[in-house]
This record gives sequence, C-alpha cells and structure tokens, in this order.
Amino acid sequence: MAERSLVKAPRTPGVIAGRLFIYALLGIAALYFLLPFFVMVITSFKTMEDIRTGTLISWPREISLEAWKEAWSSACIGVNCQGIRGYFINSVKMVIPAVFISTAFGAVNGYVFSKWRFKGSEVIFSMLLIGCFIPFQVILLPMARTLGALGIAQSINGLIMVHVIYGLAFTTLFFRNFYVSIPDDLVRAARIDGAGFFRIFWRIILPVSAPIIVVTIIWQMTQIWNDFLFGVVFSGGDSQPVTVALNNLVNTSTGVKKYNVDMAAAIIAASPTLVVYILAGKYFLRGLTAGSVKG
Amino acid sequence: MSSLTIKDVYKSFGPVEVLRDISLDIQSGEFLVLVGPSGCGKSTLLNLIAGLETVTRGEIFIGDTMVNDVSPKDRDIAMVFQTYALYPNMSVRKNISFGLEMRKVPKAEIEKIVEKVAEILQIEKLLDRKPAQLSGGQRQRVAMGRALARSPSIFLFDEPLSNLDAKLRVEMRTEIKLLHQRLGVTTVYVTHDQIEAMTLADRIAIMKDGTIQQFDTPRNAYRDPANLFVAGFIGSPSMNFIPCQVLQVDGGQGVVLNAEGGGSYTLPVLRGNGTLARWVGREVLMGVRPEHLSDSLPDMDEDSNVHELECQVLVVEPTGADTIVFVRINGVEATCRVHPDSAGKPGETMKLVTDMSRVFFFDPGTGERI
Repeated sequence: MAERSLVKAPRTPGVIAGRLFIYALLGIAALYFLLPFFVMVITSFKTMEDIRTGTLISWPREISLEAWKEAWSSACIGVNCQGIRGYFINSVKMVIPAVFISTAFGAVNGYVFSKWRFKGSEVIFSMLLIGCFIPFQVILLPMARTLGALGIAQSINGLIMVHVIYGLAFTTLFFRNFYVSIPDDLVRAARIDGAGFFRIFWRIILPVSAPIIVVTIIWQMTQIWNDFLFGVVFSGGDSQPVTVALNNLVNTSTGVKKYNVDMAAAIIAASPTLVVYILAGKYFLRGLTAGSVKG
Repeated sequence: MSSLTIKDVYKSFGPVEVLRDISLDIQSGEFLVLVGPSGCGKSTLLNLIAGLETVTRGEIFIGDTMVNDVSPKDRDIAMVFQTYALYPNMSVRKNISFGLEMRKVPKAEIEKIVEKVAEILQIEKLLDRKPAQLSGGQRQRVAMGRALARSPSIFLFDEPLSNLDAKLRVEMRTEIKLLHQRLGVTTVYVTHDQIEAMTLADRIAIMKDGTIQQFDTPRNAYRDPANLFVAGFIGSPSMNFIPCQVLQVDGGQGVVLNAEGGGSYTLPVLRGNGTLARWVGREVLMGVRPEHLSDSLPDMDEDSNVHELECQVLVVEPTGADTIVFVRINGVEATCRVHPDSAGKPGETMKLVTDMSRVFFFDPGTGERI
C-alpha cells in the first residue's frame, strides 16, 4: 500500500473536487468550440420553413439535402447561378500545384541552408525568414503590378505564384530546421561515395523527410485553401477560389437569405482542410516534434 | 594503396587558424594515427585529407598526385565516421553498394564485392536489415564494410570506436588492426584515446592547438617524448611531473626530492650531455613514469642509476595486475606502479625505487625537453 501511494495521489475530497473542476472546464471549452459547428451542420440539413419556425439549436424536423444540392450546383453567386462547384474546382486547381511547388522548393532550400552552407547563407536565410512576418496587405500593390507585368493577373496561375512565393519562407524554415537534425556526416559519407548535390538529396535526404513533408503539406494546404485576401485581390470573375465565392454567396443581397444554403456552402468550403487534418493530424504532431529526441 | 604526403599545410576558418604548419608523410601501407585532445585540429586535418575541407595553404599528395583541387570522390579514399553515417533508408546491402553504384560498377560485380566484404566482416546475415535494426558494433562493421567495398588507396577513420562500449571498443580495435595487417591499406586514423593510438599506429602524430607536437613511432613517442605535452599525453597512468631544484654534485648535476613522510634525497643525474648544467640553481620539471617509480625495477641492484626513497602512502588503487600508489614528492602528488603484494597501506611508509636514467627534464616555462 505504501508503494501504491507513491504512484497515485490519495483520493481526498479536495483532489476529487479539483478533478471535477478540470473536467468541467474541459467540457465547457469543448462545447464552446463545437457548438457553432453543430449549429452549422443541423441548419444545413433543415428546410427554410423549419428554420423560420424552429430555434437555432432545435433538431431538424426532417433531414433535407436540398440546401447542399443548391449550394453545390445552383446557388446564385452574384449573377451567376451555378453554385460553388466551379469555385471549389478553382481552389483545387490552385492548391495542388501551389502546395506541391512551394514544398518542393522549400525542401531544396532547406537542404542547401542546412547541408551546403556557403558564405552569406545564414544572412540569406535570415532575410528569407523575414518573409514569415510580412503582413499580406503590404505586398498587395507590388504583387499586383508584378503579376500584371508577367501577364498572369486575374488568373489561377497568378494565384499559384503568389502562394508559392509567400509560402517559401515557411516551407524553407520547416525543412531547414528538420534537416539540421540529420547528421552532416551522412552528406559527407555520400560525397566520398561519389554522389553529387541532387543525388544526395534524392537518394539520402528525401527518403528520410516524410514527417516534415507531411507537416509542410498540411500547413501549406490549410494556409492556401483558407486564404481570402490574395484570392479576392488577385483573381478574376471565373478564377476565384472557393473562399471568395463563399463570401459572395453569403453577401448576395437579392432574394431571401437562405441560411441553410449558406451553412452548407461554408461546410463544403471548409471540408478539405478538415479532412486533411483528420487523416494526417497525427503525422502533423509527430513531424512537429521530430528531431527533438534522438532516435 | 599509396603513400600520403602533407606539406606545410595551414587551415583557417575565417580569422581562426585551426591548423598551423602541418607536415607529415607516410609510406604506402602504413597506419598513421592522429591523436590529441578535442579541439586540436585532428579531425579537421582528416577532413582536409578527405577533401571535405579545402586547405588554406600548403599541399596534400596522395601517391604522387597533388590533390588540393581534387574532389573527395576522385581522391580514391574511403572514410569511416564516428557516427557511422549509415544511410538510414537503405539496407545494409545498399549501404555497402551505394559507392560502387555511384561509380557505375557493373551489377554482377557489385554483388560479388558485397558478398566478399560481408564475409570478411562477418555480416552476411545482416545484409537485408536496415541500420536502425543493428546494434552499435554491427553498425560499426557495416560502416567499415562500406569503406572496404571500394578498395580505396587510403582508409580514413574518424574516431570510429568512440561510440562503442568499453569491451566492444577493445574487440573492434583488434579487428581493425587485423584488417590492416591483412589488407595492408594505407590508413589514417583519428582518435583522442592514446591507448588506441599506441596500439594501432605504425606512426603517431600527437597534436595540440593545431600543430604537430611529435611525429614518430609509438615506441619513440613513449620512450623519447619531444616535450611536456607529449610526455603527459602518452602513457596511462600519465607521467608524473615533479618540480625540483637542480644542484651541482660530484661529477655532474643532481636533483633534490623531498618525499613526504620519508626524507630528503639528492639524486645524481648521470647523463652524457651537459644540458642540465645550465639549470644549476634553478627549478625544472622532472618527468617520471609511474612504472619507473616502483617497488622494484629489473636489474636494480647493478644499476648505479637506481635510487631508493621512502615515502608515505596516501591512496592505494588496486587495478589487478598492478597497484597504483599515490605519494607526495616535492609538494605534488605522484603515482607509482607497484606489485600488488608490496603495496603499502594508506598512512604507512613504503620503500620506492626510481631509475634516474629513465627520467626526463622539462623547462617549466616552455615545456620543452632539456
């Protein structure tokens, strides 16, 4: 018994009260975060009739998928009544290349800044890091001019370029910090074995990079998918990403306000990042702490 | 196989000069050990030989070729790292064959070489494992296998045994020596462990603060150290340095030793050259190895250089074969290696003998031999 008391705290009333308090606090916090999402989900399955007569958190009288169908393919965004489908596809077309390119460049950058340092590389790295702290709005005007000069203004390609440039600072930082924990001797051994810059990267560095690649992809995908400001500034009518379309859908002032359609559209717009996090979240945490403990 | 020549090499990192005026040369097939405390530049020197760093000044030759501007892969060297540096994503087989693959050796030949190397190092059963599934000693073998596979003209070892436990280290040390005797490949080996250095080397370069203190055979470095640093670094337990006064005595010079709990002794130094004469009346450091401050010495009765002194024993450390006894002479602690049966107990007085022909004298200011 004496040994056991070392492991477990005795159950005095004070300890039990403390435990109850902690769990109550956690429960309230969870409820606080989940309630809005719960409201969104149930509202999206209600009919307009149901919304008008029921309360905000009342259960739908009948489950209706009409709002989801309308949001996806027939809701009016501005004067265009084809739902958010096209914009969702725009976002996909933008996010996949932007994430892929920024991650690939970040990996090579990180490899150079950690394993092939040169005179002044630390200075360049520090300058690149400042990129993490530049507010979006500062670069709007210069970027607009640049995109115009390149002839890719108001296009998905233009958006891809903006996101790649803006993401490079983060992806480089992620990869560089991960590669610092890989012993330099590995690169030296490969050099003596006769492998060159890209061969070492491809055959030795990249195969051990899986955790940080997952982290970077999740991070970039969330950032780029959720971005609104660049989307609204640098895209044209039919190249808008889904975040911008969602805003326009909700703010359309003609006709009745269809809360169920708005909610369904919002959930559709948010779903990819949600899915990615649910599927790869544990790798995200694992990757963030990778290298902190020597394996 | 080829010889290695290093001529007047300097290396600086920015304003910091880490290697100064390094000149070495070894014959084809020799085993050179670079030894010194951490920060002495020995690993940097190895990296210069490997081509992983470039020299600031001076020249490095492998065989007859000047390799200053030759990249590591074209120097025909292979290196074993302290961290083993095995490619974590590749199997042992791939690790060994990677260098051959890079050199476009035909597949069939690679397979043959891998089998042969695995046989030499007895790692046949490990070939399909990943490095993470190996123990420290096995990783060490694979790292050596990777170097062997290429059959280079020079092997470079960078503290290869320092991550192993004590027993395994001794085993692998013997194995490296056996391997060298069998293959006869020119080898440069870096270590901070002087026992490793002494046991493995054909020639040993003792380094400190970026310079070579002595470049010699292990035997000479032990019997005839160039200065105070080498004398103190080589040998275990290390040499005693006793400050003492030089006096003029009959037919030469002598030194005064005050043994605590014993008496004061004036011991004559019989040496051919008169270098100690210039130090009469001044203080020098007398270096004497623990085995030359013992309970008995071979031929001690006939040798006029052997003198007795009585000392009080402070601490006794039995090591098994010998017992290390600590005494105090001229105010400093001295270690003596004695036979376990004749070691005194702490507090007792014990009779010691020393061979004055085997002691060294050093300038206490510069550390140079007198």
